[in-house]
Amino acid sequence: MALFWQNVANGLTVGSLYALVAIGYTMVYGILRLINFAHGDIFMMAMYFAFFAISIFYIPWYIAIILVLVATMLLGMLIEKTAYAPIRNAPRISLLISSIGVSYLLENLATVLFTGVPRQFPSIGSLQNSLVIGGVTIQQLAIYTPVVMLILVALLLTLINKTKTGMAMRAVSKDFETAKLMGVNINRTISSTFAIGSMLAAVGAIMWGQKYPQIQPYIGVMPGLKCFIAAVIGGIGNIKGAVVGGLLLGMLEIMIVYAQPGLSGYKDAFAFVALILVLLIRPTGLFGEKVTDKV
Amino acid sequence: MEKNKTRFRGIASGLTKNKRRNLLLSMIAIIALTVFLHFTEQGATVGSYEVRVLNLCAVYAVLALSMNLINGFTGQFSLGTAGFMAIGAYTTSLLIMPVSVKAKVFYLEPIVPWLENVHWEGNFGLFGALLVAGLITAVAAFIIGFPVLRLKGDYLAIATLGFSEIIRIVFTNTQSVTNGSTGIKSIPNTANIWWTFGVMAFFVVFMLRLMKTSYGRAFKCIRDDEVAAESMGISLFKHKMLSFVISGFMAGVGGGLMASVLGAITPLLFRFILAYDILLIVVLGGMGSITGSIVGAFLITTAKEWLRWLDAGFNIGPIKVPQIAGLRMVVFSALLMLVILFYRRGLFGNKEFSWDGMFRLIKNAPKRVAAWFKPKPKGGGAK
Repeated sequence: MALFWQNVANGLTVGSLYALVAIGYTMVYGILRLINFAHGDIFMMAMYFAFFAISIFYIPWYIAIILVLVATMLLGMLIEKTAYAPIRNAPRISLLISSIGVSYLLENLATVLFTGVPRQFPSIGSLQNSLVIGGVTIQQLAIYTPVVMLILVALLLTLINKTKTGMAMRAVSKDFETAKLMGVNINRTISSTFAIGSMLAAVGAIMWGQKYPQIQPYIGVMPGLKCFIAAVIGGIGNIKGAVVGGLLLGMLEIMIVYAQPGLSGYKDAFAFVALILVLLIRPTGLFGEKVTDKV
Repeated sequence: MEKNKTRFRGIASGLTKNKRRNLLLSMIAIIALTVFLHFTEQGATVGSYEVRVLNLCAVYAVLALSMNLINGFTGQFSLGTAGFMAIGAYTTSLLIMPVSVKAKVFYLEPIVPWLENVHWEGNFGLFGALLVAGLITAVAAFIIGFPVLRLKGDYLAIATLGFSEIIRIVFTNTQSVTNGSTGIKSIPNTANIWWTFGVMAFFVVFMLRLMKTSYGRAFKCIRDDEVAAESMGISLFKHKMLSFVISGFMAGVGGGLMASVLGAITPLLFRFILAYDILLIVVLGGMGSITGSIVGAFLITTAKEWLRWLDAGFNIGPIKVPQIAGLRMVVFSALLMLVILFYRRGLFGNKEFSWDGMFRLIKNAPKRVAAWFKPKPKGGGAK
């Protein structure tokens, strides 16, 4: 039974991490109708930023985290300004290829700058220490991650529902053209969307580094794809959906391997199977609104 | 004039002067290429390293055509090429490997009995193996197409990418069939330059013909406007499926050729990065241009080899740049970005090469160059 609860805690941790990164996908998709392939690589860059700040420059972790968040935020905004803004009115396929290009560029750039040698992610505070609750040994991370995730989501929802920027975001995602006509500053709104998404990815990256402390330039790809899938499961464009989707996917992955250890080699394939099932049965996801094609 | 006309009989009779000229030029080009290939095969023109690069160019051209058919001509953004290539590559290698080599390669876990004594030898063997590889891949594409082709745009992209990764993960885990993550080595290099260029030429002609049929036109129609295509009575699913299956077949054959050219494959080779590499070729050449895919494949593949000095370290005047592994790939990914940002149509757009077009280009070149230096007229000109 202890093993079962350990796996539940594990699933909850991984699920919360997926949720944090999935929010970035869902927000960008909601506004630009673009799968930001580069989001997983922004996540990877955040891990490297944290590694350099803490392990190389010996900055105390509480200051380092702030620096990493800011750096990642700037990176996200820079990517949007250089790679997406100039071709915003081009066919959507060009935007998609551009995001693939950014992803490709960041991976290769990371290989050149940081070399392909895997690095050890620094441990932060006591997050990696274990904790015994009622005979079940879990990492402290399993408690902190969901809590941090929930606090950030609550903040984000307040921002989106209560502030002017949030209102602009909602307006742009509802109807791009009309929002523009109504005087919404499109450029600023999109920039802030990327900024928020990238910052959440950075938080996810730091927590991820505590759980899987090995960094290499391609580390962001699999989590990136999976988090996008989580966003689709929850209904893309919907923040609560991304959270639920992330938690579901994390749980599913850990629990299937727990129930059928023989399948552990196929762990990375579950998410894709889940994606295809969701797209076939309920393409709008759990919380998505129905979209009709206009001619 | 009368005299002139009677001189051309047979195949060229009844053609206009320009058409006759084009036919002649095409024939000269084909003969020149054949002669070049003959001497290259004999080892008279270039070294074995260059032959290998040329082989890879042709293989990438086939792969680019495969991706262009579904992405550029049918407008369905599929990123599953790498997975299909993996199927083709493994099928071909397992069929053409000698029995003794198989025993040596599969040392961790013996190969399944039904593949153990299969050995298709020589050129006929390779032909059969490539055909089987193509067919198996086509069947896989058919099965995957059922759920996937209901999706559109970026969802399709991510779902095909997902299937491609699933294929790779399955191949990593089926130790007794694919030798798992160790991969397969000592694959016979039966595919020489005749094979790679022959297969490429076959697919180029096939694509040119296909695009002139009603199917080809239907593909383009779906790309340009799905709703209009459907209301004109084109069955969307049927045509998308057909395009996807043919594209899968080509990717399978291309993967098989690649396995024989490279001589060793591992599941890691068939990561989605490979699909990005091919995407770069297709985008640079022009989505929806057969010529573009060929030119793109040759340009990118040779440039990738030629730019190896970037990785090895070089000097810019007095500044010494040390050895940086991977710098080459940064250049290529930046190139993909630049093309998509500033030159979205690629080299050829959706046009094809023609002798007439080339002569027009040469004729108009002075005017065009002059236009660069002229100040541009201000105000809204018609686009």
